[in-house]
Amino acid sequence: MTETFLGMPATAPAGVGNLRGDEPFPVAARRALADAQLRRNLRHATGTIRAKSAAVIGEVPDWPELRAAGRAIKSDTMARLPELLEQLEAAVTAAGGTVHWATDAVEANRIVTDLVRATGADRVMKVKSMATQEIGLNEALEAAGIEPVETDLAELIVQLGRDRPSHILVPAIHRNRAEIREVFLREMPGVDPALTDEPAALAAAARRHLRATFLSTKVAVSGANFAVAETGTLAVVESEGNGRMCLTLPETLITVMGIEKVIPTWDDLGVFLQLLPRASTGERMNPYTSMWTGVTPGDGPQQVHLVLLDNGRSAVLADEVGRQALHCIRCSACLNVCPVYERTGGHAYGSVYPGPIGAVLSPQLTGVEENASLPYASSLCGACFDACPVMIDIPSVLVHLRARHVAEQRAARRTPSAEAVAMAAAAYTMDHPRLYAAAQRAAGLGRIAGRALPPPLNGWTASRDVPAAPPQTFRQWWSERSRS
Amino acid sequence: MTARDVVLARLRAALAGAPPAPVHHRPGHRRQGELPPGHPELVDLLAERLTDYRAQVHRATEATVADTVAGILAAEGAAAVVVPPGLPAGWRPGGVELVVDDDLPADRLAELDGVVTAAAVAVAETGTIVLDAAADQGRRLISLLPDRHVCVVRAEQVVATVPEALARLTPDRPLTWISGPSATSDIELNRVEGVHGPRRLHVVVTDG
Ligand code: SF4
Repeated sequence: MTETFLGMPATAPAGVGNLRGDEPFPVAARRALADAQLRRNLRHATGTIRAKSAAVIGEVPDWPELRAAGRAIKSDTMARLPELLEQLEAAVTAAGGTVHWATDAVEANRIVTDLVRATGADRVMKVKSMATQEIGLNEALEAAGIEPVETDLAELIVQLGRDRPSHILVPAIHRNRAEIREVFLREMPGVDPALTDEPAALAAAARRHLRATFLSTKVAVSGANFAVAETGTLAVVESEGNGRMCLTLPETLITVMGIEKVIPTWDDLGVFLQLLPRASTGERMNPYTSMWTGVTPGDGPQQVHLVLLDNGRSAVLADEVGRQALHCIRCSACLNVCPVYERTGGHAYGSVYPGPIGAVLSPQLTGVEENASLPYASSLCGACFDACPVMIDIPSVLVHLRARHVAEQRAARRTPSAEAVAMAAAAYTMDHPRLYAAAQRAAGLGRIAGRALPPPLNGWTASRDVPAAPPQTFRQWWSERSRS
Repeated sequence: MTARDVVLARLRAALAGAPPAPVHHRPGHRRQGELPPGHPELVDLLAERLTDYRAQVHRATEATVADTVAGILAAEGAAAVVVPPGLPAGWRPGGVELVVDDDLPADRLAELDGVVTAAAVAVAETGTIVLDAAADQGRRLISLLPDRHVCVVRAEQVVATVPEALARLTPDRPLTWISGPSATSDIELNRVEGVHGPRRLHVVVTDG
């Protein structure tokens, strides 16, 4: 391989990590739609969080300004990403930490495995982290004879239940309390057989179960919500205190972070620390936020590592329209408002990044052709854009990716599906505001007249409903689609 | 080429192929609250927000801190608590065994009934106290392992907003932002107090 080739933006390699599902979205979604319990669990959970979130966002007098500031900081970060990463590296190193770079999942897994091996440990404790799920770190550690212990309650439920996460924030959102109790009774050694399904009792059982692990494990692996370039500070936002345990108790701390998590300044934290908890858990502030800068003598881990991960992010950055997916702060608000997610759940998306953000991020990380059904996993209702605390225009990126899919199929001399052709036309129309407005007006009439769009959008509505009124339209879209 | 070179070259190539518009200025946002630090209404707001998230708030004067803390510990039957080496002598409660942290091992800390610390700053609007590991707060571990945290905040440390708090803090210390006791929203997205961190959080606010 030549050096020039090595230095070009690259997608995430296949065969490692959890960015690609085993089957296309429509197939997986059809199965999920048949699961009434799943749908009840999701409806209850997302409804709860939407109400809480709306209430605490309503208390913030400058929410629109904060969102705009969040977007501006992220755009600025992406424009200067190489310089900011170098600055971060210098600051972390100056504070006694060690920085590693990983071009992809394979390299990141090897770096972490080698670091753990060097300590002689055969067990690590983990704070919930999307990046390590993305690269399949647990699988890599297990293959190397190292036991990863998930310490976040939801991750623990998933790990004990030999299940897969289905939500960014609440990986076990698809489980209700009765199901969680069953998992604990079956899989948790020494659990009290009289355990009830009271959430407080379940939380207490997890506390007892993990105490000994916290006190005896010498290595922890975390992700990071933010990394401040100018100071070298890393931040982890959490609720339970398992994060504090992992960040404080062990001798060695290894943090794996996607390169897009860097922010320029200390002052910028003030914007994101206000946006994230309110949009995410619907709290004014999450119970615990930890910040550390390299090594503090006599306090916490004395060996501190930071692994900076590309794994497809450079390819996302190369797409002028799609790169805004890198602005995501993983709050999961877009999942909680999405009519498609609420019905299919997270597993149908196949990737660790489900819901609207997953539908734009996963195909860009892997290359559109390897997650080609995801940009279609949306009704384009726009709720995700409205909810996003950093104003990522997910619907526009979806349309853009559908057009890319069509273009790539054409380039490969394959005939695009009728749906793909219609989407390309839609993408063109949506890029041209006056045409789009005319089409939307016509679409509004069309809904009354019989749910058909005028050309060039009619190819699209031939197979589904016009994007609006989420609950009915998606279901209708679905039934029509499965019949075709 | 090292992995570092490859990643940086990829990112530069990505930006060169589709250069982003530079961001020249950032939209402003609210940095300061309407009330100055320590204003009685801010202290009330802090108390209300902390209580909302199931922390217990107590009021004291500088002269009554020790008695207030002693009362809290006695009411919950706490027998032995850890304190950081720099906790002001006038704040140390009587009637309980006080263990001054001297690099105590983790399993010893985990057996204790509580911890008494100061704070670096508090944010009224979010109901948050921030510890920065100064001598009156101690190592991060001591406020984590015991099941009960009593935190003494001076009124003048109470600011309105998150940006005001950040401006008072410095990144070269490890920081812990605490908003209520340990909690989880992992079961059906309902908040439940009490997982791994201290399950009881008492905040004593002194007004000089
Ligand atoms: S895309 Fe926006 S709303 Fe969705 S998880 Fe990311 S930051 Fe949150």
